[in-house]
Amino acid sequence: MTQIRRIAGGHIDRSKTLNFTFDGKAYLGHPGDTLASALLANGVQLMGRSFKYHRPRGPIASGSEEPNALVELRTGARQEPNTRATVAELFEGLEAKSQNRWPSLSFDAMSINDRLSSFLTAGFYYKTFMWPASFWEKLYEPLIRHAAGLGSLSKQHDPDTYDKGFLHCDLLVIGAGPSGLAAALTAGRAGARVILADEDFAFGGRLNAETFSIGDDSGAGWAVKTVAELAALPNVRLMSRTTILGAFDHGIYSAVERVSDHLAVPVDGKPRQILWRIYSKRAILAAGAIERPIAFENNDRPGIMLAGALRAYANRWGVAVGDRVAVFTNNDDGVRSALDLQAKGVDVAALIDSRADAAPVNGLRHIRGGEVVNSSGRLGLTSITVRMANGGTDIIPVSALGVSGGWNPNLNIASHQRGRPVWNDAIAAFVPGPDGPAGLSVAGAASGAFSTHAALQTGAMEAVKALGAIGIAAKPIEIPKAEDAPLSITPLWYVHSGKGRAWIDQQNDVTVKDVKLAHQENFRSVEHLKRYTTLGMATDQGKTSNILGLAIMAELTGKPIPETGTTIYRPPYTPVAMGALGGRSRGEHFKPTRLTPSHKWATEQGAIFVEVGMWLRTQWIPKPSETTWRQSVDREVSATRKSVGICDVTTLGKIDIQGTDAGLFLDRVYANTFSTLGVGKVRYGLMLREDGIVMDDGTTARLGEHEYVTTTTTANAVPVFRHLEYCRQVLWPDLDVQLISTTEAWAQYSVAGPNARKLLEKLVDQDISNEAFPYMACGEITVCGGLRARLFRISFSGELAYEIAVPTRYGDAMIRALVEAGREFDAVVYGTEALGVMRVEKGHVAGNELNGQSTALNMGLGKMVSKKKDSIGMVLSQREGLNQETGLRLVGVKPVDPSKLLTAGSHFIAHGKSPVAAHDDGWLTSVVFSPDLGHSIALGYLKNGSTRLGERIRTVNLLAKTEVEVEIVSPHFIDPEGERLRA
Amino acid sequence: MLEHRLKPLTPLGHVKPIKSAYGPITITEIVDVALASLAIRRDQTEAFTRAATTIGIPLPQPGNYTADQPFSAFWLGPEQWMVEAPFASHEDIVAVLRPAFGATASITEQTDAWVRFDVVGRDLPTMFERLCAFDLRRHGSGTSTRTMIEHLGCYIVVHSEDRISVIGPRSSAHSIDHALLSAAKSAF
Repeated sequence: MTQIRRIAGGHIDRSKTLNFTFDGKAYLGHPGDTLASALLANGVQLMGRSFKYHRPRGPIASGSEEPNALVELRTGARQEPNTRATVAELFEGLEAKSQNRWPSLSFDAMSINDRLSSFLTAGFYYKTFMWPASFWEKLYEPLIRHAAGLGSLSKQHDPDTYDKGFLHCDLLVIGAGPSGLAAALTAGRAGARVILADEDFAFGGRLNAETFSIGDDSGAGWAVKTVAELAALPNVRLMSRTTILGAFDHGIYSAVERVSDHLAVPVDGKPRQILWRIYSKRAILAAGAIERPIAFENNDRPGIMLAGALRAYANRWGVAVGDRVAVFTNNDDGVRSALDLQAKGVDVAALIDSRADAAPVNGLRHIRGGEVVNSSGRLGLTSITVRMANGGTDIIPVSALGVSGGWNPNLNIASHQRGRPVWNDAIAAFVPGPDGPAGLSVAGAASGAFSTHAALQTGAMEAVKALGAIGIAAKPIEIPKAEDAPLSITPLWYVHSGKGRAWIDQQNDVTVKDVKLAHQENFRSVEHLKRYTTLGMATDQGKTSNILGLAIMAELTGKPIPETGTTIYRPPYTPVAMGALGGRSRGEHFKPTRLTPSHKWATEQGAIFVEVGMWLRTQWIPKPSETTWRQSVDREVSATRKSVGICDVTTLGKIDIQGTDAGLFLDRVYANTFSTLGVGKVRYGLMLREDGIVMDDGTTARLGEHEYVTTTTTANAVPVFRHLEYCRQVLWPDLDVQLISTTEAWAQYSVAGPNARKLLEKLVDQDISNEAFPYMACGEITVCGGLRARLFRISFSGELAYEIAVPTRYGDAMIRALVEAGREFDAVVYGTEALGVMRVEKGHVAGNELNGQSTALNMGLGKMVSKKKDSIGMVLSQREGLNQETGLRLVGVKPVDPSKLLTAGSHFIAHGKSPVAAHDDGWLTSVVFSPDLGHSIALGYLKNGSTRLGERIRTVNLLAKTEVEVEIVSPHFIDPEGERLRA
Repeated sequence: MLEHRLKPLTPLGHVKPIKSAYGPITITEIVDVALASLAIRRDQTEAFTRAATTIGIPLPQPGNYTADQPFSAFWLGPEQWMVEAPFASHEDIVAVLRPAFGATASITEQTDAWVRFDVVGRDLPTMFERLCAFDLRRHGSGTSTRTMIEHLGCYIVVHSEDRISVIGPRSSAHSIDHALLSAAKSAF
């Protein structure tokens, strides 16, 4: 179990050894390793199977741009698929499994797909699975679903917690390589509030992967010193293991901080990850550059990787990816990989340089003007075939190959918000354009400034500029001496030879042939190329492949690359766990809960609660002998109508409206009139939308000359308040009116039934006889010996009824007092179900009737819309279409056979007509069982309903498969003359 | 003190307010403060301001809170403030303020519309950066704002570096309490 590919050096801690497993086999590594570096050190190159063809694959990169080495990390409930082995920090006991293969990584039965590749080219699914049509649902779709997807889920509950947080800074520096560190140090020393974030667990970026020096230090050593100085500055916040996910408006960036992923188990109470919202005044993208390969036949074997990754494994992690390696390059940077590996004692068999005119490199076999045209080795590279400048070929045995096609500035975040990149011929790559996110500038390799010196210098200068723009004076740090070599590239995107497949997007298995096919099929724009071939649509968003695809398309269409254009990136920069996006909003805490003042008492009674928005309302309170909800609800209704019932109605919106123009304001927002309402009186009101449709209903009480309280339905409390504030602030700012919500401030209970007054007289200190407090009166009173309270004589049930309000802290005491006082009357506390039964029995409209499509006229309340004054919705409510004779009208409905139950949503269909839309005469909006009448009753909207009383018609429900014959009746089933109300 | 027979409950549903502690901080339910919204009526600014001075109610600028005896106040909106007073002596706060302001102001009792949690301890910004977007490191004593905490609209009042009030909708007292405690456990 020795790490056979481990070589000297690297930034790993060899004094500690870590045990881990991959596919059940045990290996050793060290702190500082990633899973990929540790596996490579153990001689493991094969780490995955490709998505479509199940070809054996290994890592091509050493960072988050990795397309191939996706593993399932951890086991049990914490198992996570599609983790890049190249960024997974090694820890003691780490368990990982390869994915997308069966039965094993080395023998995958699904690799049969590779033999069927001619049938599985780009867009194959547009041309197959079409016939016979019936096979789609039963055979093809299940087959495809089974084969599709990458990785598997544990299906267990995620046991970890995730936080969300908010940070503020003057300057956000994205990336802690040389340019980011120079920028952060410049800004930090100037006293600005700086946040420096890097996705890696160690700051330094490519300095940790190179053998450069900065001044008298090694690159990595300079990074360590710089970080130490930054850590000591109180105005600088260092965030390692933190990926900036996206650029949003107003300088806001999202980021995910991996707090605990490098630990076997998170510390108890601490989050696994935090999703940060970073409010920055300015930001600098210092995210470096990502290397791109050159495509050639069979360029995807395990052991073939980007040349920069090859040397990163050697320099940062002390790993030789193969015992005998070669490098294939079209630029000077690739040469560096060959030299670095040779300097570490690795056998470098050849440096294949596509540039015939490259400066010769001594000390190794430098094949100038050569190209790698093929490779062999099924589960791991065994040799490459090289075509020489003179046309001859040579087969060179190697176990690893580094490929360098150039470097792409990592402009991902600069292209969010539709920032179009700009082509730069000198480096044959795109650089950030001028129209990226506001306040974001770019430094270092991300801007196309590739050398270490250029990175340091641009980082410092951009920091000075960014701070200057927000009024903070800063001096750039002194730039230590560092290498300043140019890239020197001669573009080569793919090798033009060989009949086999050359791979571009290795995660989605897209080849050069696929690009040619797209071109042939006329999907030539870069947006069509992407979607037709799926190039760049995998979890890596094409970081190492996009440009190859579009360069090849450019060649095929004969257009230059800048004209071909490029697709742009969108957040998240790398995949983010859904848990992080959810934060604390999960399970019972998904949304806040609102509890009513009677909640404690109701819980003690064993009440059944229902969610009404965020509220928990008592739905009914079962007695021990009751087994069905109908028994409880029927009892609550009967007891209320027989004697007295109490219901918590706190949740209905209450809005305090004051000011000398309060009455005028109400006249404008309500369809009917309120300025004429007397002090100490309440009136039912209808509120319309601008288009004449009913928005909400409620009652408004006038407590004083310039003081009203408006109520709304529970669901519309917030929307109506917003609407009123809009009217006040925007429509009529000249009116003297002030508003504030008082929904929460007062506990409010309905007391209804023939004994309602008698019950309340035991608690209310004042005279509330029928003479002193008639129907629709209101006023400020005191209860129980002097507590301030409010009383409103209004009824939703149709019984003699009141609503009594006390400050919420006394709400619990109040319900107990009401219950106690009600004992002698066999009073019942009723919930929302009974509330609903009674209002339907009385014929009151509620949410089901206020459905956003209905007018006052539909509801039988047309006369409430006053034509004597202007109000919101008044004019448009008079539109011809809304005032048809045959329009819908609210009716009452009862089954002809009283034993039949009605179903809400059933449609009125005349006898002899088929149940289709053309014969639809309306529908049942609310259905309840009336214990009083002993049968099902309903309210409904019926075409021309007011002329059809007594008619018999069918109610048909095609979903519930029911049909019941009904009679159309008045919607007021109980006490139509309103005698009980005025008792 | 009112003499009626009804006993109050705290927002968290108990007889006495709750105080919980975690690490360096404590979270205390505050129930002995009466609240009223005070808004100037049209063309009454001068008379209103005189009345406020007479009765001793401060009128802080936007984003601010001013403490005084017996009245404190924080800014709610244009020409609108939330006034605080001791509950024991000012329970019926509207009855106290109305005579002073007369027709110059709209006054509404707000005491039981809100739950107030005072968070006391050191390094409060580290906890609050898990809760809301208010930049506490840039806003010190005497600042106040409206913000969102776990989907709830709340007011924050900074009394001092180590005492912050979180004032949120009373019916969601449990949700707010849970959010505060979770943030403390995460941060410390």
